[in-house]
Amino acid sequence: MIGVIGLRELRTLFASPLAWVVLAVTQLIIAWVFLGRLDTYLQLQAQLRQIANAPGITEFIAAPVFGTAAIMLLMAVPLLTMRLVAEERRNRTLTLLMSAPVSAAQIILGKYLGIMLFLLLVIALAALMPLTLLAGGRLDAGLLAMNVAGLVLLAAAFAALGLFMSVLTAQPAVAAISGLGAALAFWLMDLAAPDAGGFLSHLSLLRHYESFGKGILDSYDAVSFVLFSAVFLALTIRRLDAERLGG
Amino acid sequence: MPTETNPVTLRTAGLGRSYGARVVVHGLDLEVRRGEVVGLLGPNGAGKTTSMQMITGNLAPSTGSVEVCGIDLLENPVQAKARIGYLPEVPPLYRELSVDEYLTFAARLHRLRAASLARAVQVAKARCGLEDVGRRLIGSLSKGYQQRVGVAQAIVHGPDLLILDEPTAGLDPNQIREIRALIRELRGGHSVILSTHILPEVESVCDRVEILHEGRVVYSDSIDGLQRSRQGSELTVGFQFPPAAEDIAQLLGVTRVEALSAHRFRVVHRPGIDVGAALAEAAARNGWGLNMLAPGHASLEEVFVRLTQGEEEP
Repeated sequence: MIGVIGLRELRTLFASPLAWVVLAVTQLIIAWVFLGRLDTYLQLQAQLRQIANAPGITEFIAAPVFGTAAIMLLMAVPLLTMRLVAEERRNRTLTLLMSAPVSAAQIILGKYLGIMLFLLLVIALAALMPLTLLAGGRLDAGLLAMNVAGLVLLAAAFAALGLFMSVLTAQPAVAAISGLGAALAFWLMDLAAPDAGGFLSHLSLLRHYESFGKGILDSYDAVSFVLFSAVFLALTIRRLDAERLGG
Repeated sequence: MPTETNPVTLRTAGLGRSYGARVVVHGLDLEVRRGEVVGLLGPNGAGKTTSMQMITGNLAPSTGSVEVCGIDLLENPVQAKARIGYLPEVPPLYRELSVDEYLTFAARLHRLRAASLARAVQVAKARCGLEDVGRRLIGSLSKGYQQRVGVAQAIVHGPDLLILDEPTAGLDPNQIREIRALIRELRGGHSVILSTHILPEVESVCDRVEILHEGRVVYSDSIDGLQRSRQGSELTVGFQFPPAAEDIAQLLGVTRVEALSAHRFRVVHRPGIDVGAALAEAAARNGWGLNMLAPGHASLEEVFVRLTQGEEEP
C-alpha cells in the first residue's frame, strides 16, 4: 500500500515541470562545481605530487561536489515536499486517501517513499559525475561511499522535516518557506551555540554531516539522522491522524 | 424493490458532531439496507456534508457510533472503509493523471490486484460511460466527465455502501439526467446515500428521504409514503362564474378555502372524503361554470419548506 501511494507521488512529481527543473538546476550547479574543481586539480597536480600525504583526487574533487549537493538539497527538498500534503488538502484530493482503507501511517510513509525515490535519483545523478573520473584515474571508493551515504541520510532528514511542514498547512508556499527555514535552522543549529560540545551542536545537521564528508562512518551521526527523520515522520503521522478530530 | 428484509449496510446511532460550543449534527440515527437509496435532504448548512464525512471516516464524531455492514467504523476503520465508496462534494481528482491511471490508483488503494483490478477498472469505466476518455488527462475533461470519474472512483471497488455528496451539483440538465440514471442503475448491488438540496432529484431517484434541518432529522419517510399521505387532501378548482368562497366552504369535509385568483381556489379538505364529486355537483347545480378540477398533492417541496422554515407539521 505504501508502494502504491509512493509510486503515485513519483508519477505526479514527474507530471509537473518542478521535478524536471529541480533535476536540471541541481545537475547544472553540481557540474559547474565539478568542472571548476577538476580544472584546479589539473593546475595543481604537479605541486600536489611533491607534497607528502597530499589530498587525493577523490578528496579534492568529490568532497566539494557533495558539499554543493548538500546545499542544493537543503534548498530543493522543501520545494519538492511542499505540495505533498498541503496541495492535496487545498485541492481536496486528500479525501480520496482519507476515505480509502489505509492508515495515516501508510499515507505518510507512502508519500515519504515517493519523495525519497526522487531524491535518490538526484543523488545518483550527482554521484555519477565524480564517478566519471574513473576513466582517467583511481577513486577512493570508501570516501565516495560515505559521501553518498551522508547525502542520502541528509536528504531523508530534510524530506521528513519538509513533509511535516506540509502537513501543517493548506498553502504549499507556506510549507516551502517554513520547510526551508526549519532545514536551515537545523543545518546551522550550532552557529549560536556558545561552546562546541553543547546541546545545540548535537542537533546541528551540518555537524553530523561533516564526518561523512571526511569519509568517517560515525554510528552516532548516522543514528542521529535516522532518529531525526523518524521523529518528524511520527509527528507528521500524528498530525494527519488528528485531522479527523479537528475541523 | 422490497428491501425490508435485506441486510443492514449502515447503522448510525446518536451520531453527533460539534465544533466547540456549536453543535452541527445532533444525534443522527440512520439505518440503510442493501438496495436502498436514501436521500439526505436539507438546506445548505443543515449538516449533510458533516454527517457524510463522519460516516466515511473523514471526520471523527463527537458522539455516537457508525457501523458499516456490522463493522464499527471507529474501532476498525480500515475494514469498514473498504466497504464504502465516497464521492465528496468536490471530487478528489488528480488532474495530472489520466482517467485510467487514476482509477487504477483508486482500485489499488482498495487492495484490488492484477486481473481483478483491470476488470474492476473496466467495469467502472463502462458503468460511468468513460470508455472513450480512458487515456485523457482528468484536468482536460469537462465538469460532467470529471463528475463521472468521481463516481467511477467511488464504485470501482464494488462497495456495499455508496455515499454521494451532491453528485449533480454544477452539472447541466442533460448531465444531471445521466448521473441520476446512473444512480438508479447502481442501486441493485449497493446501498446509496445521496445528499442534495434539489428536491425533484430525491423524488426521482430515492426510496426514502431524510430531511435534515439545523443538524436534526425533521422528517423521515419513504417517497411512496410521503406521496400517499399528502395525496387527496387538496384540490385546485377553477370556475367561469366563481361563487363566494363561503359557498365552497359549506361543502362536506372542506376545512379551508383559499382564493388563488378571481377564478381559482385552493380547497383543503379532510383526507378520505371525496370532495371533488360534491364540488362538481354543486357547480353544475348552481351554474358556477366549473372549468378546472385538479387534485393537488403536497410535493416534497412543500414538506421541505414547511419543515425547514420552522412551522409545525399540522
